[in-house]
Amino acid sequence: MSEDVHHAPGGAAHGSLRDYLIGFFLSVVLTAIPFWLVMARPLDAGPTAALIVGFAVVQIVVHMIYFLHMNARSEGGWTMIALIFTLIVVAIALSGSMWVMHHLDTNMMPRGHDASSLP
Amino acid sequence: MTTASEVSPILGKLSLAALPLDQPILVVTFTVVAILGATLLGLITWFRQWGYLWKEWFTSVDHKKIGVMYMVLGTIMLLRGFADAIMMRLQQAIAFNGSEGYLPPHHYDQIFTAHGVIMIFFVAMPFVTGFMNFVVPLQIGARDVAFPFLNNFSFWMTVGGALLTMTSLFVGEFAKTGWLAYPPLSGIAYSPDVGVDYWIWGLQVAGVGTTLSGINLIATILKLRAPGMSLMKMPVFTWTALCTNVLIVATFPVLTAVLALLGLDRYLGMNFFTSDLGGNAMMYVNLIWIWGHPEVYILILPLFGVFSEVASTFSGKRLFGYTSMVYATVCITILSYLVWLHHFFTMGSGASVNSFFGITTMVISIPTGAKLFNWLFTMYRGRIRFELPMMWTVAFMLTFTVGGMTGVLLAVPPADFVLHNSLFLVAHFHNVIIGGVLFGSFAAINFWFPKAFGFKLDPFWGKISFWCWVVGFWMAFMPLYILGLMGVTRRMRVFDDPSLQIFFIIAGLGVAVIACGIAALLIQIAVSILHRERLRDVTGDPWDGRTLEWATSSPPPEYNFAFTPVVHDLDAWYDMKQRGAERPLTGFRPIQMPRNTGAGVILAALSTICGFGLIWHIWWLVGVSFLAVLATAIIHTFDYNRTFRIPAEEIAETEALRTQALAAAE
Amino acid sequence: MTPDTVTTTDAPPRFYDLDEHEHPEGGNTMLGFWIYLMSDCLIFAILFACFAVLGGNYAAGPSPRDLFDLPLVAVNTAMLLFSSITYGFAMLAMQAGRSGLTRLWLAVTVVFGLAFLSIELHEFAGMIEIGATPQRSAFLSAFFTLVGTHGLHVTFGVIWIVTMIVQVGRRGLIAANQRRLMCLSLFWHFLDIIWIGVFTFVYLMGMLR
Repeated sequence: MSEDVHHAPGGAAHGSLRDYLIGFFLSVVLTAIPFWLVMARPLDAGPTAALIVGFAVVQIVVHMIYFLHMNARSEGGWTMIALIFTLIVVAIALSGSMWVMHHLDTNMMPRGHDASSLP
Repeated sequence: MTTASEVSPILGKLSLAALPLDQPILVVTFTVVAILGATLLGLITWFRQWGYLWKEWFTSVDHKKIGVMYMVLGTIMLLRGFADAIMMRLQQAIAFNGSEGYLPPHHYDQIFTAHGVIMIFFVAMPFVTGFMNFVVPLQIGARDVAFPFLNNFSFWMTVGGALLTMTSLFVGEFAKTGWLAYPPLSGIAYSPDVGVDYWIWGLQVAGVGTTLSGINLIATILKLRAPGMSLMKMPVFTWTALCTNVLIVATFPVLTAVLALLGLDRYLGMNFFTSDLGGNAMMYVNLIWIWGHPEVYILILPLFGVFSEVASTFSGKRLFGYTSMVYATVCITILSYLVWLHHFFTMGSGASVNSFFGITTMVISIPTGAKLFNWLFTMYRGRIRFELPMMWTVAFMLTFTVGGMTGVLLAVPPADFVLHNSLFLVAHFHNVIIGGVLFGSFAAINFWFPKAFGFKLDPFWGKISFWCWVVGFWMAFMPLYILGLMGVTRRMRVFDDPSLQIFFIIAGLGVAVIACGIAALLIQIAVSILHRERLRDVTGDPWDGRTLEWATSSPPPEYNFAFTPVVHDLDAWYDMKQRGAERPLTGFRPIQMPRNTGAGVILAALSTICGFGLIWHIWWLVGVSFLAVLATAIIHTFDYNRTFRIPAEEIAETEALRTQALAAAE
Repeated sequence: MTPDTVTTTDAPPRFYDLDEHEHPEGGNTMLGFWIYLMSDCLIFAILFACFAVLGGNYAAGPSPRDLFDLPLVAVNTAMLLFSSITYGFAMLAMQAGRSGLTRLWLAVTVVFGLAFLSIELHEFAGMIEIGATPQRSAFLSAFFTLVGTHGLHVTFGVIWIVTMIVQVGRRGLIAANQRRLMCLSLFWHFLDIIWIGVFTFVYLMGMLR
């Protein structure tokens, strides 16, 4: 078993007060900025959308590190592998669905009678 | 058939009108089932076996017993699903020249729907889960799965789903939509009756069981392997089990979500898949096949593992190309997520999308082919023993390959435009499922039956069953390929082209031959039990096996291994035999095992009742049973005393008996 | 993972573990629960996929601009974030072996969780009152289902936390209870992660469309 003092009996990682406070503070900032960007609209919709998605991804990583204590060693690395595999499947399901449905929509849903608008 | 438009607060939509008293076929079926059922229950009561059944089987958390119960469930449901097949073949064989056949549309549609649902969810899945449950802990040198209580609960949830589906036969009706129930047909506007609701809730209940089982077996394989058994020293069946369960966990949630969304459309009038107010029925088709394609790989991968074990054992040789087998299995696992659109090429997603999925579908045949070559190379220059498992394996190789090839043909979008939803498609998937899953299941049954029960299955009746199945399958499905190429659509009840009838008659005769095969299987089991002393396996290793399950007695003791084996090489048991490993005869220690519990049965029963309430809109029942499930689950968590110890003396006794048996066998 | 056993060339190979140490009970629970969470993640992914595909189908009915109250959503997000940190404090108390303090922070977490749910129900009620029901359009069906499923998970989480408060009160911070609290920690923080997805893709993006 690990000598590391930060491991609970089951070998799972756990955090310190510092970890939770850093995570909390970062999350507050990473939430406040996107809300402000959408409520105040200093930028156009396109860049705003990209930014808020970016902030969301970062905040998710922050949660994983500081709240979930994700690391590549827990359970012999299986936790990380399971997460990565899930993310791959999620990405396939999300992007695949959107791609397929967009094409179906474009090809099969009624539009105007303008034949040149077909793909 | 339910025609009641009145909803009572006590019984919901349920009323006497739900009983199909006007349908003679169902009345007769019910009478027969009721008599057989009452006889069975009466016999159990007369011989006072309820206590035994409850304590030793129903509440058991032993993976071996749960595995056996899954097999029993699958076998019973095979008979029901096959009865549906006979009815369909008969209808299609006679419905020519103005004849309507004997099945009206609303009945015929339920039959083909139920046939598909039952065969996939309540025959193939239980068989596959049963094999993995029974064999994997033994193969990895463990004493049980990671979560034994959850294992028991998963089994009973599967039973609950099967019960709901079977109930639809006599109370109300089943879905008439085909086994995947596409909206808008399955929406509330076009299927206002309870049929689709039976379908939804039967699958939701069973699906929970399957998902939990997947989590269980992944944790088991990752964490409970014997010392020395690295991943690349695991038996191939365990590898395929791991990949299968990864598929289960990564795909059944999609089914859960989609069924819930369809349920929301039906129960709360939402608009996910409706034709108006912004719904999109194709989203259902898209999502259900994101689940549906990995599902068929869930069915076949474990049987690929079986073929690996059987081919190597009965050729007396190490499996050829272990590493490539593992990689092929992992490739298939990942690729199975990238092909789903080939189930609806014809729905208009266009050239780029269709090409992508057509190519991925063709690519997935490559690792499958690699596996086939590995099996052949395993057999090459081996000392082959044509026992039943090996016979089934050879039949699989010949049959499945044809089915696989027709699959590659269907993978070509332009070809699929002609063949989609024709009988060619029906022939293809039966070819791969029967040739792969069912033949593999029979191989596995004959292979592991002696391990589970201590005596082999009778070879004579097994061979009769084998030949009937192989001949019957080809007779039943080759005509369908021809019919499909000629343009005949699936799920047709009546035909107006008399030149087609001869093909349907041949197919019908094929099914009759298969029926003999099934009868022979049942006779085989009965005869084997009667002659069990003659067929007795006293060594625990009747086939000169190579993996650790054969290191135990037949059947294994409750604790599987008195001492956990230490593994040095692939084919661990073969390695131990080669190097003269000796069973320790002293120094036994007490072994901690999980306790039996009735909580799984109760939770599953309450969930099933909740499902029944949801189907019939008996809202008070839904509320009460749901709260009861919650309460039972919470109360169960207050029980912290989940294990007990088998004393060392008891283990010593059991092991001494085994030592005697081994000595007597020499 | 089990290590390879290397046998020396002198000693005969060991084929049985004669000196076996019992596996600690519940040693697999964390991994099993994590895998369950991954499957739950997939369910949410499908709901997000539906929202992505159907979320623009307003059916000439109310759209996000007509309905979403971003300041309220911000308050709600804060409730959930606070509940995450208070659960973290509960875990710290658990590690320090302080049963009473653990239960106190768990109770505070429940309060924040209930606050989150109340605000969400208030929001739903407001929408339904003005005719923006889940039946009105595919967008609204997808919205209510995605956000509602998250809310249902929070509800079950709250019930579980209450159960843990009782169980820790009765048996203290025994190993089994610590394991359960760690699983619940995974669950609770996971719900906050899903909420990040919800407020970003549903509420904020919705206002940008």
